[in-house]
Amino acid sequence: MGTAQAMLSTRDRASAATPQAEFARNALYYMKLMREVEDRIERKLYRQGKILGGVYVGRGQEAIPVGAGLHAEPGDVLFPSHRDMALYFIRGVHPRQIFAQYMGRTGGLTRGRDGNMHMGDMKLNIVAIISAMAASVPVSVGAAMALRYKGTRNIAFNFFGDGATSRGDWHEGLNLAAVQKAPVVFVCNNNQYAYSTPLEKQMACANVADRAPGYGIPAEIVDGNDVAAVHEAVGRAAAHAREGLGPYLVECKTFRMTGHSAHDAADYVPKQLFDEWSGRDPIERWQNRAVAEGHLTRDDVRQMDEEIRREMDAAIAWAEASPYPDPADLTRNVYEER
Amino acid sequence: MQATYLEAIRRGLWEEMERDPNVFLLGEDIGVYGGAFKVTAGMLAHFGEKRVVDTPIAESAIVGAAIGASLMGLRPVAEMQFSDFITCAYDQIVNFAAKCRYRWDASVPIVIRAPSGGGIHGGPFHSQNPEALFTHTPGLKVVCPATARDAKGLIKAAIRDNDPVLFFEHKGLYRRIKEDIPEDDYTVPIGKAAVAREGRDLTIVTYGAMLYVALDAAEILDKEGVSAEVIDLRTVQPIDDETILASVRKTSKVLVLHEATLTGGVGGEIASRIAETAFDHLDGPVMRVAAPDTPVPFSAPLEEAFLPNVDRVLEKARALAAY
Ligand SMILES: Cc1ncc(C[n+]2csc(CCOP(=O)(O)OP(=O)(O)O)c2C)c(N)n1
Repeated sequence: MGTAQAMLSTRDRASAATPQAEFARNALYYMKLMREVEDRIERKLYRQGKILGGVYVGRGQEAIPVGAGLHAEPGDVLFPSHRDMALYFIRGVHPRQIFAQYMGRTGGLTRGRDGNMHMGDMKLNIVAIISAMAASVPVSVGAAMALRYKGTRNIAFNFFGDGATSRGDWHEGLNLAAVQKAPVVFVCNNNQYAYSTPLEKQMACANVADRAPGYGIPAEIVDGNDVAAVHEAVGRAAAHAREGLGPYLVECKTFRMTGHSAHDAADYVPKQLFDEWSGRDPIERWQNRAVAEGHLTRDDVRQMDEEIRREMDAAIAWAEASPYPDPADLTRNVYEER
Repeated sequence: MQATYLEAIRRGLWEEMERDPNVFLLGEDIGVYGGAFKVTAGMLAHFGEKRVVDTPIAESAIVGAAIGASLMGLRPVAEMQFSDFITCAYDQIVNFAAKCRYRWDASVPIVIRAPSGGGIHGGPFHSQNPEALFTHTPGLKVVCPATARDAKGLIKAAIRDNDPVLFFEHKGLYRRIKEDIPEDDYTVPIGKAAVAREGRDLTIVTYGAMLYVALDAAEILDKEGVSAEVIDLRTVQPIDDETILASVRKTSKVLVLHEATLTGGVGGEIASRIAETAFDHLDGPVMRVAAPDTPVPFSAPLEEAFLPNVDRVLEKARALAAY
């Protein structure tokens, strides 16, 4: 069990409950944890000047990495986009490592070599994105081919935004996946903007999912702000891939409830869109439903919130105490050191 | 055993496939057809579809998939049908493969084989030598074998290397070079140059197909009383400074020769390294012979004028010897 999971006693107490109740708690917990860590980074630490470089958050999109990520087996390999922080928590990365990563400290996953969401760890089977959108799509196809090559039933999960689907790498990757019947699940967070560019200037078809049939890949569209719906759809996709039937695309309709990054006020987004989508917040929705269905009590939720909040201060303090990298190491690790 | 340069590469691939079940090949037309130049002929029949993967025409996906497979512990060897198409995979190579280790300690043991070079009337898109595009990217190793012996030893070393290696095989040498190569399992270390001919008066530093131009020139210079040493770099990233500098200290005169175009080429890097670290040993300027800064032309008289040749080497070498 990962450190992030171990951190919350509320959850531990739930482990004996029904699978539905366990999912309800896990889903709520990871969404809340992601929201809180990103809020701290974007709204506090960034403004305090403690963050180095850019900050891209997935506020409003948390149901996507959580709903999908809870299907990942340890042997599956994950390719998060820059708005999928919850995947790291699900794999056991601790929030303090994320804070350290954003502060450029050695306690971060890249030890100060790279920043923000550019982080990975093959011990956890998480591959770090590079900046170039969609570059990880063909890479995930190769990883999936390797999992099959080794005779496992494991699969790859690749996450990307709507804008990324305009790039050649996306198309080359999907086509190769289809031809190879590679066991990979493609998860699109269609948040309707790529930086300032709205969907209709990104593509002339209505849905990202419309692109899939051209490659012979099954696809479905799902409410990306409903964690259970995402979970179900990705469950079908994962089963399809695990059975050797090839790739599958799930398009999650959502909305980016922030600017592109912390420096971006998103004046180009009509205010009414924010208003409309703030009524569909995935965390609030799930929390209400989970309580209504009796998987959690209001008290459980309050406790969960408190514990997450309490953990944040310690995690941030840990990150701030983590040393900066030593310039003496600047030229190390470019090639294998023997 | 007698082997052509091409057979030597195939033998190296074959032996590594036999040795390590994690090694597999991917690329365009490499299976049933055996590759545009037949380097992988017979390998599909022997190793099967799992290990010899024919792909769509998608260089970025080929390299990307190789990276992904390598992250999962395999050792892919990707083929570019012609090195001219490697630029379609440029981002995957320079931004993904090259930077994984530095950024997040992930090993990317891929090999990208790329048939390069001119002299076959291939025109602007089937003749280039793009190695310098990649020597400028930290994290990549770049190999350019000139002999059949080295081609086999270096492809095997490349496959065993834990960093991404670009393997530029000169297609003009594929069937032109035939020599005795050891039958046993040997590797040639990446990053180590060879002294292809010993000499006292000047040094020609070269690699790839230009090795033979350098050796021919050295033969003629010898008759003129000029003893030329020829260094075959074999690897252009990392560069074997030690072997170059030892020769510079001996001869005090250096000419760098490559088939790739002049500006921004490997020759400029070598010249600066020598100027920086062995200036006191020099008795003349470090000179370069390279292709002019043009695309590779198609028609025979143009291509002949484009490719560096023995006469151009002799002209510079004589001037250098006279210093
Ligand atoms: C190849 C490339 N071009 C430009 C950029 C700059 N850039 C970073 S994120 C982004 C928008 C990405 O949009 P999308 O894929 O929809 O993901 P989202 O940020 O909306 O989650 C752009 C243009 C980039 N990272 N990569």
